[in-house]
Amino acid sequence: MNKRSGNNINGLRVSTWGGIRRHAMLTCLSIVMLYPLLWMVSSSLKPADEIFTSASLIPSRIDLSAYRRGWFGLDVSFGVFFLNSLIVSVLSVIGNVMSCSLAAFAFARLTFPGRNFCFALMLGTLMLPYHVVLIPQYILFLNLGWIDTFLPLVVPKFLATDAFFIFLMVQFFRGIPRELDEAARIDGCSAFMIYRKVMLPLSTPVLATAVIFTFIFTWDDFFAPLIYLGDPGNYTSQVALRSFIDSSNQSDWGGLFAMSSLALVPVLGFFIFFQKLLIEGIATTGMKR
Amino acid sequence: MAAGRLGFRRAIRLDGYAFLAPWLAGFCGLTAGPALYSLYLSFTRYDLVGDPRFVGLANYTRIISQDPKFWVAMKVTFTYVFLAVPLKLGFALAIAMLLNKGIRGLPIYRALFYLPSLLGGSVAIAILWRRVFSSDGLFNQALAMLGIQGMGWVTTPETALYTLVLLTVWQFGSSMIIFLAGLRQIPHDVYEAASLDGAGATRQFFLITLPLLTPVIFFNAIVQTIDAFKAFTSSFIISDGTGGPVNATLFYTLYLFQEAFAYFRMGYASALAWVLVLIIGSFTAISFAMSRYWVHYDE
Repeated sequence: MNKRSGNNINGLRVSTWGGIRRHAMLTCLSIVMLYPLLWMVSSSLKPADEIFTSASLIPSRIDLSAYRRGWFGLDVSFGVFFLNSLIVSVLSVIGNVMSCSLAAFAFARLTFPGRNFCFALMLGTLMLPYHVVLIPQYILFLNLGWIDTFLPLVVPKFLATDAFFIFLMVQFFRGIPRELDEAARIDGCSAFMIYRKVMLPLSTPVLATAVIFTFIFTWDDFFAPLIYLGDPGNYTSQVALRSFIDSSNQSDWGGLFAMSSLALVPVLGFFIFFQKLLIEGIATTGMKR
Repeated sequence: MAAGRLGFRRAIRLDGYAFLAPWLAGFCGLTAGPALYSLYLSFTRYDLVGDPRFVGLANYTRIISQDPKFWVAMKVTFTYVFLAVPLKLGFALAIAMLLNKGIRGLPIYRALFYLPSLLGGSVAIAILWRRVFSSDGLFNQALAMLGIQGMGWVTTPETALYTLVLLTVWQFGSSMIIFLAGLRQIPHDVYEAASLDGAGATRQFFLITLPLLTPVIFFNAIVQTIDAFKAFTSSFIISDGTGGPVNATLFYTLYLFQEAFAYFRMGYASALAWVLVLIIGSFTAISFAMSRYWVHYDE
């Protein structure tokens, strides 16, 4: 009996020995899991000849030359690539949050003929793989002369093509008491005023979740920039990293690791500063990352 | 008065479409329209020059009966999906169970295990992976310390796919968080009652935890499987876009990409896309049909 209550699942009384064992296991596992990441960062700080001679995490001396080599490793500097990534990501965030919240407000709060039909269509697109629309979209953007610009990456975001975020916001908006917008309506607010002055201010948690995940997904996106961007001056950082592997036949792994580490910094920043929001976002919405 | 009310209602009705306008434009112009057009293209031959030429079912019959590379891509993709997803979810559940026992430092562990899953979709991580499992990479250095002779894991056809499976399993963090949230929902007193009745930890796991968690397991399995079918970046980076060595990492989406954007066979690639829809769709339908035999929704 004593032993059983000591090991009680969910219980707070956990036997000390079991606790230590569990901590040891979890700590070992986290070290093994994170070792490659730490190794990449530390390799980018090592002198070039040391990268593949030691698996150690501690450089014999800090050498930042890999960052200089990597930054200027392609014909266009990585400053341009990171700026391109930033432009595309910021515009995508603005477009996605604006267009999805507008649509979500219509679905959650307004009555108009065909609403339920549209809602069903929207849910249907949740399941549709991107590959089905890929080729016609490419042909469309080709005919519009948009290839090798940021437009194919950004414009779809302003048209609420990512139905997942609409769905997310509809769920949240429905949780906001209706009395609030009815009161505003009686006070003479238009639908847009209700959206702007009542719904949005009350929805910061879901809007923040949408901002963060849209930014991360866009920053990390590889497929669309790979298809649509041809001129190196337009590359985002992800495509640039890829062409870095191709060009570095003499294998400047230090430079590549340096730029890879830098490319992870924005996502890492969100992880450090918005961890609670990220974890809650996943736990409550089932986001896949 | 009545007229005023009606006028207000009408304004609201029009407002609905004003709010929906961006989505409607996107739905017609970028989703539904293109989907229909790609269905049409799948019955044509089209290389972006000239007009699409109608060929009937030729693309589909070629996919099924005359395209060995399609079957290679299918085999690679199915092997990947049905290895990576169960392993990832099993791992996620095991760690979530370990963390759910009132352990100290839970937020730290949770954050550390979540990090790979947040970063994992990035090209940088795929590059790192390629480097870690190359012949002079970190993994072989670790093996050498144990006295084991390593090999070029990403350049050997027999092992290349398994490095991609491992990369996916490594990103178990988000599934783990969902499992943790699910475990929290299971009331304490169920375990207490079971414990009083003399059920040990193993029996409690199979009789309480697992059945009550089936909705969450089902959700994770569906989401992760669909995602795995669509995986692209890791195989593209590890194989330089070839799907090599010897097509060992030729994911379905990579094959589709090659047909469309290396050979510009837009009709054929559209047919491949619709076959993928069929595969994912039937997988999802079968899963939902089977779910009523093993997923328990309480009350």
